Amino acid sequence: MKKWFEPFSTAWNGVVTHKLRSFLTMLGIVIGVAAVISLMSIGRGATADILERIGSMGSNLVTISPGAFTYRGVSGAAGSSQTLTLEDAEAISEQIPYVAAVAPSYSSNLQLVVGGENTNARVTGVTPEYWEVQNLEIANGAFFSEYDYQRGMKVAVLGSNVKETLFGDANPIGQQMRMGSIIVRVTGVLESKGQMFGSSPDDAILIPLTVMQQTVAQPRTAQGKRVVSSIALMVSDEERSDYVVEEVTSLLRTRHQLGALDDDDFNIMSVEEISETISEATTTMTLLLGAIAAISLLVGGIGVMNIMLVSVLERTREIGIRKALGARERDIWIQFLLEAAFLTFAGGIIGVIVGWAVSYMVSATGFMTTLVTADIVILAVSVSVAIGLFFGFYPAWNASRLNPIEALRSE
Amino acid sequence: MIKLQDITKVYPMGKKELEVLRGIDLTIDKGELVAIMGPSGSGKTTLLNLIGCLDTPTSGSYYLEGREVSRLSSGELAMVRGQKVGFVFQTFNLLPRLSALANVELGLRYSGGSNHHRATEALARVGLSDRANHRPAELSGGEQQRVAIARALAKNPPLILADEPTGNLDSRSGEEIISILTSLHSEQGITLLVVTHDASIANRCQRIIYLKDGQVVAEEKV
Repeated sequence: MKKWFEPFSTAWNGVVTHKLRSFLTMLGIVIGVAAVISLMSIGRGATADILERIGSMGSNLVTISPGAFTYRGVSGAAGSSQTLTLEDAEAISEQIPYVAAVAPSYSSNLQLVVGGENTNARVTGVTPEYWEVQNLEIANGAFFSEYDYQRGMKVAVLGSNVKETLFGDANPIGQQMRMGSIIVRVTGVLESKGQMFGSSPDDAILIPLTVMQQTVAQPRTAQGKRVVSSIALMVSDEERSDYVVEEVTSLLRTRHQLGALDDDDFNIMSVEEISETISEATTTMTLLLGAIAAISLLVGGIGVMNIMLVSVLERTREIGIRKALGARERDIWIQFLLEAAFLTFAGGIIGVIVGWAVSYMVSATGFMTTLVTADIVILAVSVSVAIGLFFGFYPAWNASRLNPIEALRSE
Repeated sequence: MIKLQDITKVYPMGKKELEVLRGIDLTIDKGELVAIMGPSGSGKTTLLNLIGCLDTPTSGSYYLEGREVSRLSSGELAMVRGQKVGFVFQTFNLLPRLSALANVELGLRYSGGSNHHRATEALARVGLSDRANHRPAELSGGEQQRVAIARALAKNPPLILADEPTGNLDSRSGEEIISILTSLHSEQGITLLVVTHDASIANRCQRIIYLKDGQVVAEEKV
């Protein structure tokens, strides 16, 4: 046998000749590593999921809303200040560089009648740029054009949920629906995008802003400017998001005649910024989950030390025999240290498999997305080996220091 | 081969000290077959442990093959044990979970590396080729002691130390063990020290050393 290989085979024999004990020692590590892998995969999965949804909004989107903008999308409700105007939107479009498109919108609750159905729904008046800025896709039909917008054509584009509710499986294109005091024709249906912070384009009913102005009396500010519910911008270069946010902020502050000490009377948020904030939050959550799991790994490591200490006691005579046969302290030390490392390495590998299986099962339930990444796997396995070496050190050192004569005399 | 000069060994016993060896002078030549006799507590095993480099003397000098080994570090002593000394114990001291062959290989493990071929040869030398894969529990006492001799023998050491090798055996197995040991001496010229209570065994050696209270009290050529 090759000489360098012998310590490994000796340690391996020590592991396999005490199968039950080895298994129990490994169990602590298996559970610890499995916990790390599965919890981290849930954390990473949630992060990836959220970022993907944000990404679907378009990573170059900047939204401005009046008053208290919240993630939950309840902004622009009755109480919030009516500070943003169509004129603001025009000014942004004309004066701020790196802005590819500006899409102001105004939302209002309107009575909807389709066939015999009579419901109340939130309708949003938008400009033709809206679908491009919001990164929307058309499933069926078409979005209204600049021409339709200028002429004030009475047309509507429906979100996929709205279409489902109002028309079921029937084709809504060309159908008419009564909206407040006017009748509009459906020209398009949006592709479904899924829920995002409680609001979703799937629930939208979009009509030209020009039509909206005819239907409901669009409020005006004291200066006679036309109030909008929000303004969305598309930045031509993602890298310039922060710059655009800054420029728009200072422009709006000037236009709204805010003093140096006044707070902004609007909220501005880039998707870039939102996704950074959220990924920071979820990364923290993932680390927290990982830390909790790491505690069980630590407990497993203490279990390894415990059993190795017992094992050294139990095998005192064996150590004496080995020493009588010429084993140096180093040989004994390496043997027990390698045994601990083998146990924790094997425990780590099994733990990865178990953790992977658990995270697969979690994602199979459909409630959560999970993501097992190579870095977590490598980290978990190397941490468990490190734990073996760390917690195996003291027992191994103990074993190596035994006096051979006393060790031989022990029963 | 072995030269002891005024060797003492003192063990602390609480506040008092226990003098186990009190000034031993002893020379054993290469290829000798020596028996060490004496009553319990006379220091026979302590002397054997010192000669086998399992322990170091409190004072005095010990030369093994001309090299002073009484002041070596524990690691150096282990090397000497691995290269020079084969032990045969009263209680066999085999590892219960290893096969006979694996136990013999263990004897080579710390002195140049396991060697399947040499281990098999050593087992054949003690007549146990057919039991190579049996564990100690499946062997008789005599067979276990033969495995232990094969383990000591495998690395081909110049010195074999046997501490009451027949003490746990019936007389017929004991006789087998003694004939194997004496044949090792006569055929391979190994220096052999045997600690024994049994006068019939001692009489088959070339020289008998009597110990009492940690001193050599008599020597006798057979």
